[in-house]
Amino acid sequence: MEILIYGTINSVALALYALGFALVYGICRLPNFAHGALYVLSGFIAWTMINTFGSNLLVAVVATLLVTGIIGAVIYRLFLIRVRGMEISEIIASYAIALAILEGLRWGGFKGMTYTLPVFIEGSVTIGGISVDYQRILVVVVGAALVAFLWLFTHYTRVGLALRGMAQDERAALMLGIDSDMMAVVAMGMGSMLAAFAAILLLPLGNIVVESGYNVLILAIAVCIVGGIGSWMGAVLAAFLIGFAQILTVVYLGSHYQMMVALLAIILTLILKPSGLFGQQKELEERV
Amino acid sequence: MTDTPLLQVTNVTKTFGGIIALNNVSFDVNKGEILGIIGPNGSGKTTVVNCITGFVKVSSGRVLFRGETITGKPPHKIADMGVLRTFQIMRPYFSLPAYKNLVIPLCSPRARRTGGWRGGGKLGDRNTVSIDILEEIGFERDSYVPYKTTNTLPTGYLKRLELARCLALKPELIICDEVFSGLSMSEIASMVPLIERLQMDGITLIMIEHRLRELFQVANRVMVLNFGEKLVEGSAREVMADERVREAYFGSEVVEEVMKHA
Amino acid sequence: MKIGTQQRRQERIDRGIKVRTDGLYALMSWRELAYLIAPRLLLIGGLLLLPLVVPGMYWLRVISIVCIYALLALSFDFLAHYVGLVSLGGAFFVGVGGYLTALLNTGMGISPLVAIPVAAIFGGVICTILLLPCLPLRGVYFAIVTLMYPLFLARVIEALNILGGTDGIMGIDGVPYVWLEQYGIIAMLLLILFGLRRLVNTDLGLVMRAVKDNDQAVRASGMNITHYKALAVFIASSVGCLAGACLVHTYMWAGISTFALDFSVLPIAATVIGGGGTLVGPVLGCLILVPISELLRDFGTLRIVFYSLILLGFIVFRSDGLMIYGQRKYHQFERWTDI
Repeated sequence: MEILIYGTINSVALALYALGFALVYGICRLPNFAHGALYVLSGFIAWTMINTFGSNLLVAVVATLLVTGIIGAVIYRLFLIRVRGMEISEIIASYAIALAILEGLRWGGFKGMTYTLPVFIEGSVTIGGISVDYQRILVVVVGAALVAFLWLFTHYTRVGLALRGMAQDERAALMLGIDSDMMAVVAMGMGSMLAAFAAILLLPLGNIVVESGYNVLILAIAVCIVGGIGSWMGAVLAAFLIGFAQILTVVYLGSHYQMMVALLAIILTLILKPSGLFGQQKELEERV
Repeated sequence: MTDTPLLQVTNVTKTFGGIIALNNVSFDVNKGEILGIIGPNGSGKTTVVNCITGFVKVSSGRVLFRGETITGKPPHKIADMGVLRTFQIMRPYFSLPAYKNLVIPLCSPRARRTGGWRGGGKLGDRNTVSIDILEEIGFERDSYVPYKTTNTLPTGYLKRLELARCLALKPELIICDEVFSGLSMSEIASMVPLIERLQMDGITLIMIEHRLRELFQVANRVMVLNFGEKLVEGSAREVMADERVREAYFGSEVVEEVMKHA
Repeated sequence: MKIGTQQRRQERIDRGIKVRTDGLYALMSWRELAYLIAPRLLLIGGLLLLPLVVPGMYWLRVISIVCIYALLALSFDFLAHYVGLVSLGGAFFVGVGGYLTALLNTGMGISPLVAIPVAAIFGGVICTILLLPCLPLRGVYFAIVTLMYPLFLARVIEALNILGGTDGIMGIDGVPYVWLEQYGIIAMLLLILFGLRRLVNTDLGLVMRAVKDNDQAVRASGMNITHYKALAVFIASSVGCLAGACLVHTYMWAGISTFALDFSVLPIAATVIGGGGTLVGPVLGCLILVPISELLRDFGTLRIVFYSLILLGFIVFRSDGLMIYGQRKYHQFERWTDI
């Protein structure tokens, strides 16, 4: 029972980490190594809003989402768009951005003390003999709602359809009058917002630490790679697969092994089936 | 000439997802002949090449070279046996001079075994050998052409370079994927004798073409593909006389129209 | 362009002396010979003289570190620009090489002078075997796997508490003579630099470059590309492991931090700044970056911010790097012409 509950929560958390990364990779073909950095940065913004400016929680949340989204879009517009399509440069550039943000925060932002974000709802509930606090339940509910919302967004709105068109065939999308550069900026902004969303939901469960930026990135990559790039369902299923695998290893082997699961999952998936478990027909593209 | 054909393609089927690219295609190629494969766009011509040379895995069926199964082998093993191909979209190593492009295939195990294009003995300096091959294929030795970087060469030379890459390995069978397309009339005119000379040197060729006139000049037999299926096979005259071929190329309405007027 | 309507344009023309030194004729005059040799002599002489002019032991140590990073950058540049495999796992090579030499030295009491080359070769073999299944992967995917390997190995060591666990392996011997250490590593760097430059112009090197340009054509020519990629990875990872082994003997300590991201990122930054695909560029980049990074040591992690911003700036706005810029200025002159 414990495994089931914590496995589910962990899985949804992983899915939340990965959504933004998957969106940006699916649409801009940019492996956004700055994803984890944006996650930590948005946590820092929210913390500053609440503690320095003393705003209430709701305002802080909205402001954080907007600011992070804008930061992501600006980063893309200023830097990454210039190396668009050059995969290696994209990786190195986004990684450099990630390092600059994270180490900058370590230097100027977080020193020594512990930083926490307030939870939305206090208290806990007991399910099957295990006490689960409301925030964790909120994570699961909101996570599920977010996946559903994104699905509806990409299937029924104009911008969403344009984004999907770009993900499938950028040239065809260009011919249909979709401004692919603009859309890429939009996608990056949305991806950053999703990172911020994940941060606001998940950071109250623990401390804000700079290291989590790297871990979030690794977990997001793991989910996307195991699930298969460009497959929403695959990403969600992979999140559950890795989420439960992590909880099981923590229970039976110890918490040291938790990150190893994700790393091993990445390495094994890429070696054995680079298209991911649920990716279709990508095999030819990725293998030589 | 031995009894078994050099290359036997039996019941090859290839599907991409739900799309059937090749449906139960069989044909033989005898040693020393030139087989032309024609067909409208999207009829699976290039897929045939890819299936034979191992660049895509066939869904079912077998390909035999000299009576030995080559389906399932990786491309480099098949090339090592002497089945070479040219690419429709030429991507030479652009940053290198033309003759250096040939040094690379000359490094391959087969080229080392067969001792370069001249044959026999120890392989000499690869640069010299590659310039010899280029001359054979129509690069003027004393001009600057073999030394130019590849991205400055015109299409005609690039097509020749693709052929030269095959020749460097002393091939038994060359599969040419549209060597005539994209060339000017005069370039094609100079290419035809080259193909004929290759045949006289004992090399078997499969030519995939859109330029029917030039193909019919050189090909001994012609096979027609349409929507992944083999329509007919025979001499150029027979093939062109076949109604189904006309239909495939011109569409049924046109044929009916022509018939009405005839 | 200064004038709004484009009536002038800039031309780049090879200097006469560059054209004259292209062929065998370079041997005809001292001037041409000097033109050819001067840059190489500058590099070799500069590196050899450097330990004599710097003040104090601390900067001698910095020079060793520069050389170690330069080796790593060379291995990155070779793999990325001549074979087309972008490895973000410099730390992987460092860690494997470092731990191997540490084990050889502390476990079997082998002198560093023997342990370092042995660790380089065997480290290369180990890395190649581990990377072998990933070789068919393309660009981004290979990069991600190589980035994950060092992180994974670090966690394995941490979790299983093997090889000294989080404390690392201590009590490793330094290289017996200070000057041997100093000049040994400089000599190795120069040897490997010029060796790799020679290699990429041999027929074997041509094949590797061809694998990068168009792997399909290489396969169609009857060559096993995995074989060539594996060979290249062996060469590069041996160089990386050599760097790791030297590092461990310089610090006399091997720990999880040999798998740290620093060893993956700084060489890449140096390569981008120095100019990728030139092999000399990465060395130049390290000569610039590492001392700056040392000067900023007081500012803690700010130096990482600093060099990642430099890296970002170079890769986005000046992706050809200093070396290519320098080569252009050396070999060509520019002038304005009317159209």
